Amino acid sequence: MKQDIVLKVNGTTYTVNVETHRTLVEVLRDTLGLTGTKKSCNEGECGACTVLMDGKPVASCLVLAVAAQGKEITTIEGLADGVKLHPVQEAFVKHAAIQCGFCTPGMVLTAKALLDKDPDPTTAEVRRAISGNLCRCTGYQQIVDAVMGAAATMKKSEPV
Amino acid sequence: MFIKRLPAFEYHTPSSVEEALDLMEKHGNNGKYIAGGTDLLIAMKKREAVPDHLISLGGIESLKGITPDDKGVRIGALTTLAEIERSEIIGKQYLPLRDAVGVMASIQVRNLATIGGNLCSAVPSADSAPPLMALDASVKLEGPEGERTVPLETFFTGPKSSILKNREVLTEISIPKPHPVSSGCYLKLMRRHAMDLALVGVAACLKLDSERKVCKEARITLGAVAPTPIRVPEVEAELVNKEIDEAVAEEAAQIAGSECRPISDLRASLDYRCDAVTVLTKRAVIETLKRITG
Repeated sequence: MKQDIVLKVNGTTYTVNVETHRTLVEVLRDTLGLTGTKKSCNEGECGACTVLMDGKPVASCLVLAVAAQGKEITTIEGLADGVKLHPVQEAFVKHAAIQCGFCTPGMVLTAKALLDKDPDPTTAEVRRAISGNLCRCTGYQQIVDAVMGAAATMKKSEPV
Repeated sequence: MFIKRLPAFEYHTPSSVEEALDLMEKHGNNGKYIAGGTDLLIAMKKREAVPDHLISLGGIESLKGITPDDKGVRIGALTTLAEIERSEIIGKQYLPLRDAVGVMASIQVRNLATIGGNLCSAVPSADSAPPLMALDASVKLEGPEGERTVPLETFFTGPKSSILKNREVLTEISIPKPHPVSSGCYLKLMRRHAMDLALVGVAACLKLDSERKVCKEARITLGAVAPTPIRVPEVEAELVNKEIDEAVAEEAAQIAGSECRPISDLRASLDYRCDAVTVLTKRAVIETLKRITG
């Protein structure tokens, strides 16, 4: 059964006519064309489909699109300011925390949510925060370095 | 691996429990309640559940939130695991539950999954069950014939089954206020440090006398080692009216290892799980004592 739903993604309001059994990741990718969000395990284990809902990371393969109405959704496309990358994205590039790139959008969003909540995490806290984002390339060390690096940069650029 | 899409269904968004019960009445056996969806949607993708109607409890505000009162604390069934993890009162007074929500799934799942959903799914390894049973929690069930409140201890009947009747909704979990000279903890054994089901879970709650020496009350519960989460009275009896030291904790832990009834599966063997129960029970008792005596 199709119905009109209203989604707020990266600050833009979209009205789309979708079947009620479509998950958020399917609507983001297939209907809105926001293919930055990846779909991998489709059962909430891998974290590739992570998006932020009201600032909190969720597995968008486990969210019905109809149930995401009324929430502020942030995907990886919504992070950069024009061509200026978000500090977390910049740190991922700088620390070579990206190889195949499939886990990267979810990893970056999870890291951003962590730093928004806790600007000064320990490496153990970073590892715990990203434990739901699987990366099969990097062995995680560069990713942890990048998140710690981003934390340092973001702290420095904060107004005192 | 499966890349399945969800089967089609009609989606309903009641704003009260009564409305939800009416909808379920109307759609009979083809309806299912959905809370966080982190179990049900996966079951539907695997076609283990194919409901024609999904009745979402997510819009029912009365089912959300953590409310302390003079008797203890009430947790709405739709409260997410992440909300419990962040709750100050849970972090201060209900430590076994705080321990459990911190080691469940991933942050992406904890932001969606609800405490009521974790109990209603009733899997033997559900992490929220042993700590809540050790804390003497009760659950409120509302159905077409009215509401009833039962101790969580009596809620589970087998793997993925409970006393919850077809149209009933678990609406609230209540935990009594802990005694001033008491504490508890929950320990979980996993194959990695996060994002895994419990191989074994052990929760302990102890109450000491005013001298902080003799154990006056003990509640020990085990997860993932029987068809349901279980309480082990034999272990508790071994602890009560004693000054607990290493030797007493070890004795009680040995009993726990022989009282559990785990299965062997691809994640761990029966023998390993029994040994792990012994080790974790001892650690849980010692850790709880530390938390009480500081």
